[in-house]
Amino acid sequence: MDVMPWYVEVLRAIVGTIIIFSAVAIVTAMLGVLLERRISAWIQSRIGPVHVGPRGLLQTVANTVKLLQKEYILPRNADAVIFSSAVIVVPLAALLDYVVLPFGTTRAGPLIYRDLNIGVLYFAATSSLIVVGILMAGWGSNNKYALLGGLRSAAQMVSYEIPIGLVLITIAMLAGSLSTVTIVNAQTHLWFIVSQPVSFVIFFVAAIAEVNRAPFDLVEAESELVAGYFSEYTGMRFALFQLGEYGEMFAMAALAVTLFFGGWQGPVLPSVVWFLIKLYVLVFVFMWVRWTYPRFRIDQLLNFSWKILIPVALANLVVTAFFVIVVH
Amino acid sequence: MVGEALAFYLLAAITLASGIVVVTSPNLVHSAVALVPALLGVTGLYILLNAEFLAGVQVLIYAGGITVLILFVIMLTEGATGLRVPQRNEQGPIGAAVAGAAAAVLIAVATRTPWAHGAGVLPSYTPGAIGESFLGPNLLLFEGTSVVLLVTLVGAILIARKED
Repeated sequence: MDVMPWYVEVLRAIVGTIIIFSAVAIVTAMLGVLLERRISAWIQSRIGPVHVGPRGLLQTVANTVKLLQKEYILPRNADAVIFSSAVIVVPLAALLDYVVLPFGTTRAGPLIYRDLNIGVLYFAATSSLIVVGILMAGWGSNNKYALLGGLRSAAQMVSYEIPIGLVLITIAMLAGSLSTVTIVNAQTHLWFIVSQPVSFVIFFVAAIAEVNRAPFDLVEAESELVAGYFSEYTGMRFALFQLGEYGEMFAMAALAVTLFFGGWQGPVLPSVVWFLIKLYVLVFVFMWVRWTYPRFRIDQLLNFSWKILIPVALANLVVTAFFVIVVH
Repeated sequence: MVGEALAFYLLAAITLASGIVVVTSPNLVHSAVALVPALLGVTGLYILLNAEFLAGVQVLIYAGGITVLILFVIMLTEGATGLRVPQRNEQGPIGAAVAGAAAAVLIAVATRTPWAHGAGVLPSYTPGAIGESFLGPNLLLFEGTSVVLLVTLVGAILIARKED
């Protein structure tokens, strides 16, 4: 790797942060919320947002402008420091994921902010920081519903990180590297979804739980907990939690594309277009699942992870390891 | 080199400042949350030393795992009332003196020792080398640690289980 002077490196990091932040905010949060509303409306035989802009396309923009004008309310008994800093932790942890996601390829090399040689480990590490933010928000609000949401999220996300970690190890073993670019290149001939269907199912189920979406949305179960850990947040701070959530969902879908669907690879069309097609297909499946299945109970959720997903993922890992040893 | 030095002092400052909050804050949750920047600062130092794998594991296990566990336990036991538990008692000055003396000795030792530079170069991809070291020369240590963790797990379940 070419070594740049440190100030160029710092400047690059700042520019990269701004680009990733604005791209993620526009592509995932704004488009994601709109898609969610349109798809949920379609599944429930409603019309959905149609009034703002052509075919309702500007609905989220209008909502964002509205949220920006709202007052910031700090509940009287809330812990001010924790309450205010939790807002930064959740979206930041979600946005950090995007550093290692390869969006496509050019003649100069893959389109990625930084191809770390510990890519998928980095992804797992940064997304595990979201729990800290959720717990901070839940506790800092000093509200029983928020706290319950925070505690549920801690139990849930810690449990489902393990099957995701086991799947990441399995795929890394097959590709012989933790780097996301190498993993994509290893799928030139055969996508890992074909050779590792069990891994994909485990990953997808665990990813739904990691991003706290129905049927695993106990963290913010509207009918029980108001809005869970972010019940007390108003205005743009509420929007930042939404950004964190949708950012994490798109990151998980992008990681699934990278790990199982050959990343940017595909015929004829440019690589970025292929990546986006695959990404949005997976995002659609996420939303389809959310509006189709009812919510689980917390004990069912935890039992499912510890008694089914983790043993299956472990068995899958051992079998894959055996085959990798035999082949080499 | 200037950048590296700047990064080191910045990370060290973050680690130390959050460490001070961890030990002085009267609120247990504040202490636990302040652990996160402290651990992330140490992660940055690992990256400066080219130990990316260790850095990743540090964030995954410590910042994202252990801290969550600590927060979880505090919130379950304290009923989330935000009790203010003073972390200091009348032995503070003695403790500070001992800590200061220990720090002075450590700094003196560290600066006076002629440190040997490791032979050879770092492999560009360390996870493989770490795995081989675990299952090769350090197999006994690795398995010993695993057994300790397993015993802890079984012990915790045994204590938590209600007698029927």
